[in-house]
Amino acid sequence: MITDIVIVVAAALFIGVYVSWRAGRIDRLHARVDMARAALDATLLRRSSVALELATSGLLDPATSLLLASAVHGTKDITSRPRDLAESDLTRALRAAFSQPDFRASIDGKEGADELLAEVEAAAHQVFLARKFYNDVVAATRLARSRPLARVLRLSGRATAPEFFEMDDSLVAENTSAPLGR
Amino acid sequence: MKIGITCPYSWDVPGGVQQHIRDLAEALIDEGHEVSVISAADDDTPLPPYVTPAGRAVPVPYNGSVARLSFGFLSTNRVRRWIKEGGFDVLHVHEPEIPSLSLLACWVASGPIVATFHTAIPRSRILLVTYPVVRTGLEKINGRIAVSEAARTTLVEHIGGDAVVIPNGVATPRYRKAEPLPGWPGPGGAIGFLGRLDEPRKGLSVLLKAFEILGPERPGLRLLVAGRYADADELLHKLPAGLRDRVVLLGQVSEDEKVRLLHSVDVFCSPNTGGESFGIVTAEAMAAGLPVVASDIEAFRQVLRGGEAGELFANGDAADLARAAGRLLGDPARRAELSAAALAAVADYDWSVVARDVYSVYETVVLGSTEVAVTASGGEFG
Repeated sequence: MITDIVIVVAAALFIGVYVSWRAGRIDRLHARVDMARAALDATLLRRSSVALELATSGLLDPATSLLLASAVHGTKDITSRPRDLAESDLTRALRAAFSQPDFRASIDGKEGADELLAEVEAAAHQVFLARKFYNDVVAATRLARSRPLARVLRLSGRATAPEFFEMDDSLVAENTSAPLGR
Repeated sequence: MKIGITCPYSWDVPGGVQQHIRDLAEALIDEGHEVSVISAADDDTPLPPYVTPAGRAVPVPYNGSVARLSFGFLSTNRVRRWIKEGGFDVLHVHEPEIPSLSLLACWVASGPIVATFHTAIPRSRILLVTYPVVRTGLEKINGRIAVSEAARTTLVEHIGGDAVVIPNGVATPRYRKAEPLPGWPGPGGAIGFLGRLDEPRKGLSVLLKAFEILGPERPGLRLLVAGRYADADELLHKLPAGLRDRVVLLGQVSEDEKVRLLHSVDVFCSPNTGGESFGIVTAEAMAAGLPVVASDIEAFRQVLRGGEAGELFANGDAADLARAAGRLLGDPARRAELSAAALAAVADYDWSVVARDVYSVYETVVLGSTEVAVTASGGEFG
């Protein structure tokens, strides 16, 4: 009799601990999503700002400059166009500028050119990494949320499911002989 | 006079600006001027003899859509060489606020420059026009032309300075006569539409809604629709099943097919809800002697002389459009009247008239000026 009670209590305790651990895990995953998103936002902002720096540097012809500035402008104007599309546009504008034949040679030797180009490439690569990490943790979170136990007991509480961030983030143009980026 | 003209968009992509430049160049050549056009175009694009390709028209995202533009140092070099070798008395750039050849030409050139602004610049883009590289280019311009009052207004309000309004021309003789498409317009009548189907501001959805009202009232009535579209099924699925097969989609049409389309319908509809600075398509329909039903936006009000040369309906109001179009379809006498009025009104817009107006701007800016040359500082690229 006593042993039965002990077993029931132990089982209840075990289930309680397990459920609260699962809930805690989902909570931690959501926190990691927020952090990854903040990191992604920071890399996108940095990319926009170095792209604008390149546009205003005087290294490029005015048409390429305006093209880049316009794309940067689009990433800031979040009301008229979804963020992912605007950021993809900036990628494509950068790619169009960088994939011109002999682009490097054209600005080679100008003051600050190498540093600025390297900075743009680094910023673009960081976006690529940050987005990958963000989407990884989003995938893990969505999976954890979709488990039957989590759904039945509503372990994710009121937190909404995080969304993947899809965009074109490759500076390397397809079919080009002189790729850029890493 | 030796005239150099720059076209910022790809020559082989159909568009209002390209057509404007082609018609202007040909009208000026007809008047005995020497004209050279440099255009965004790949080297293997077939071009008229007066067009020089600037090489590599690259598809890039701009202003929320993808445009084929020429930019970069290679294009800059081509523009510089073209100006050097051209020895032009005047340089005429089109849409210098677009990141393409016209902006590059402003950058490398000195001497008399005329610029034509084709569109009203949306508020969200104003900031970019005041952007230093653009401003420097725009400041070199001696004479500015806007193709519409709306385009002029943005220049005056946001960039400063003024512009003369010279509306687009229409090569009216080209539209006068054509063989209708087989079986058109048909006994039940037909309404025509031309324009990008997936661009909401072209207003096809308003016309389709009006057709939902008109279709059941007029059993044989059909719609003839031409223009680029992404997904025709999606477009037509909104219509009741019985009406769907009475809408005929032609897709993107050539110039010649366009003229035939205009002669294949009884009434032409321009339901644009905005964003139109002149409505060249509407004027072309008028040049074909076609009665027009158009939304009452500013551009159409002007070209239709406030309703004398075509019916206006309340912008975006499908019921009003159905009423106006229905009235026209049922009244051949009124159609004949509007056809004559449209032909008379559109004569003011013929290219021969417009080219003379543009030429007088050239004459003004070349007074006391030397020929167009390349600036010493203007963008030297290895």
